[in-house]
Amino acid sequence: MEIRTKRFDNVGETLQTAVLDNGLHVCVVPKKGFSSFFACFGTYYGSVQRSFDLAGVRHDTPAGVAHYLEHKMFDMPDGDNALQSMTATGADPNAFTAYDETVYYFHCTEHFEENLRTLLRFVTTPYFTAETVEKEQGIIAQEIRMYDDEPDNAVYVELMKLLYKTHPVRDDIAGTVESIAEIDADTLYACHRAFYTPGNMCLCVAGDVDAAAICAIAEEMLGGEKGEVPQPVVYEENDAPEKLYTERVMSVSAPQFLLGAAYRPTEGDVLRERIVARLAMRLLCGTSSPFYTRLYGEGVLNRNFSYGTDFPANTAQLTVGGESPDPQRVYEELLREVERIASEGFDQGAFERAKRASLGARLRGFEDFDSVCLTCFDAQKLGYCIFDAPEVLASVTAEECRDFLARTLRRERTALSVVRPGGK
Amino acid sequence: MEYTRAEIINGVWLTHIRSDKFKTACLSITLLTQLQRESAAMNALLPLVLRRGTARYTDMEAISRRLDELYGAAIEPVVRRIGEIQCLGFFASVPEEDYLPAGADTLRGTCELMGQMLLAPNTRGGLLLPDYVDSERDKLIEMIRARLNDKLSYSVSRCIEEMCCCENFAVSRFGDEESAAAIRYQKLTKQYRNLIQTSPIEIFYCGRAEEKRVESLLRDALSTLPRGEIDYDIGTDVRLNALEETPREYTEQMNVTQAKLVIGWRLGKAMDDPNPAALRLFASLFGGSTASKLFVNVREKLSLCYFASAVADVHKGVLLAYAGTEADNVERAKEEIFAQLASIASGEITDEELSAARADVKSALKSALDVQGALEGFYLSAALDGADYSPEELSALVDDVTKEELVAIARGCECDMIYTLTGDGSEEDDGEDAADPGEEELRAFEEDENGNPDEEI
Repeated sequence: MEIRTKRFDNVGETLQTAVLDNGLHVCVVPKKGFSSFFACFGTYYGSVQRSFDLAGVRHDTPAGVAHYLEHKMFDMPDGDNALQSMTATGADPNAFTAYDETVYYFHCTEHFEENLRTLLRFVTTPYFTAETVEKEQGIIAQEIRMYDDEPDNAVYVELMKLLYKTHPVRDDIAGTVESIAEIDADTLYACHRAFYTPGNMCLCVAGDVDAAAICAIAEEMLGGEKGEVPQPVVYEENDAPEKLYTERVMSVSAPQFLLGAAYRPTEGDVLRERIVARLAMRLLCGTSSPFYTRLYGEGVLNRNFSYGTDFPANTAQLTVGGESPDPQRVYEELLREVERIASEGFDQGAFERAKRASLGARLRGFEDFDSVCLTCFDAQKLGYCIFDAPEVLASVTAEECRDFLARTLRRERTALSVVRPGGK
Repeated sequence: MEYTRAEIINGVWLTHIRSDKFKTACLSITLLTQLQRESAAMNALLPLVLRRGTARYTDMEAISRRLDELYGAAIEPVVRRIGEIQCLGFFASVPEEDYLPAGADTLRGTCELMGQMLLAPNTRGGLLLPDYVDSERDKLIEMIRARLNDKLSYSVSRCIEEMCCCENFAVSRFGDEESAAAIRYQKLTKQYRNLIQTSPIEIFYCGRAEEKRVESLLRDALSTLPRGEIDYDIGTDVRLNALEETPREYTEQMNVTQAKLVIGWRLGKAMDDPNPAALRLFASLFGGSTASKLFVNVREKLSLCYFASAVADVHKGVLLAYAGTEADNVERAKEEIFAQLASIASGEITDEELSAARADVKSALKSALDVQGALEGFYLSAALDGADYSPEELSALVDDVTKEELVAIARGCECDMIYTLTGDGSEEDDGEDAADPGEEELRAFEEDENGNPDEEI
């Protein structure tokens, strides 16, 4: 095993990477002078991998298994709960399940190596009984209920259902109260065996640490066996949505909206396409854009406004969301602005300023251990390096951004999801 | 990290922390004033209006353009309350010049722009622009109403409103809708002039620049600050006892699928001479971490909820516990929450529970050293308390807290309000729509006090 070290003097960062004999990818971002540590260890397995073949047997699992598995991983065979053992040292452990990844992580300031060992052990030690699996249903049902009452979640879920007809990103990550009732210990064991193999996993650490020591601990805890890596299921979807509008009624103070378009992400230079996407969206609707400042001044938008570029499970979406008395108008104005940009292009001064602002925002992002590690986790799978971003950013052109917007935010592909006030 | 604190202008204090480890510097400027129902909305509106335009950068687009030139430096209006003190101002995040092309004078540019926002707003005839005032007032009203959108923080704020109905603590940091609706530009201008003359001002900086440089940039930026007699007579009234002998109960119905339960206590005699280390430790033990009494028992043992937590407001002396559960389980959750507090009061605290709580509080304090926003909040709160400890010093005090002190705090708690938000029967239950936008957190409630500067990665 070889540890590769790459320095990025322009941003004062270093990235150390290694692939262990068992296939595990390790990324370490040394942060001298900091007293906090962050480590995340996860598998490239999430809610969309519902069907898979394992040792010649086909498994079709209920919606929400990956998330259920995440909840149950903290139970240890000796009756301990990893969440509590880590918290006992002052660490702050947690986990999340997304469409195509499940990630376990902790922050701590003391006992880093002890916590790292616990993290590696519990994530690779499946232990489920009928009783413990059943007990979790109440907790997860309450989690699902909690999201049911969140308007931000509602507009997102409904938008994804408009944008995708068959792709499993249209289904809720946590499943439904009904689907999770079908999950038993055997299902969880099968999913763990299929996807929690070192070759399908990655460990990322930020803090004042030594990469060699981390790799040694990972080898010791996980052993040298290289598990079989499941082949990803490829979902094809490229049709324009059939419906471009949906709305729901909830007890909210004012209409909440999320509009967006899906597109197929590049198979080439992923980092460049993502940087172009961020920059193009900043130019289109960032806080200094004519679109935002005008609608803000007219009272159509307020500070509860944001734009997003998301890339879950080999899909891509551009989204714009917030609160507005007139979401339809925001939708129309945004598309009109895209059409204007497509024909006129960007003002060169505005473009250069946006690049400056984007550089500053990236420096700010590098400050955050969590986003650095979680982005390294994604980037490892897609084969790019986050610290290359400032250099790539410098070479992006206004034409690239214009062409990107014209290609992706097309009228016939852009949908609007609204939650309107109602009830008390 | 080198810490200094000095009064650089009459009533203007600079807390300066020099550190090389960050890539962005943090700079905040905060006016302190008493939180009161009559003035809260007006005060909250001020930073929002001042952020709209200055004499030089007359509108939002011009300000944003200037910030983009400063490599995406962010200056966000911030309104918060600490105890019964309303804190208004701006929070800036400034990319450090070391990582930018030569000549990027980001700190000077940010200090100047922030000074202009505070002291040289866009005015006509000496009055704040009616356009800006009206537009931001309407947005403030939207923000006040928007608390409804997050059912947990809505429930927490409603519990506080009912519990502290006769105290300023019931007033939200944004004030109320009625007083917001009555604001006009003349009145707001008057309040603005009054505040910049009389409010104590706290400035916080953490970054690579030396104290002398920061002080000199700030003196320039604030050279026109009018200072009259400073109103230091601000503070938080602590009420030791519950309002009535038995806890008041309040239930509200709404179109929701999950019920929320919030219970409020007065911390009682622990507030006679409050020990912040002991109070933090107590809140962590009760419901502050995944090793806490509430998480382990209400969530893990009984599977009643996804979250069950507690927080203590050490300025006001209020303890709150909250959970989200099925409406049918509210009573059981309530009983269990009371049982867990009673268990602390009767001394049922294992060594493991105590050491986990100690580790949790100490780790939170130590990790604040790595996050500028957390440091800023810590020092602002300490300044209001007149305390001069660092996070490390407070952390050391946590070791001295005894089990007996925690027992005493629990015994002194007086329950004052039990608030429940529950469904009104109109909610659909098709079991079809649930999930999250890609991420789930085990713990659900943390108040976001600062603006979120634009971050990309």
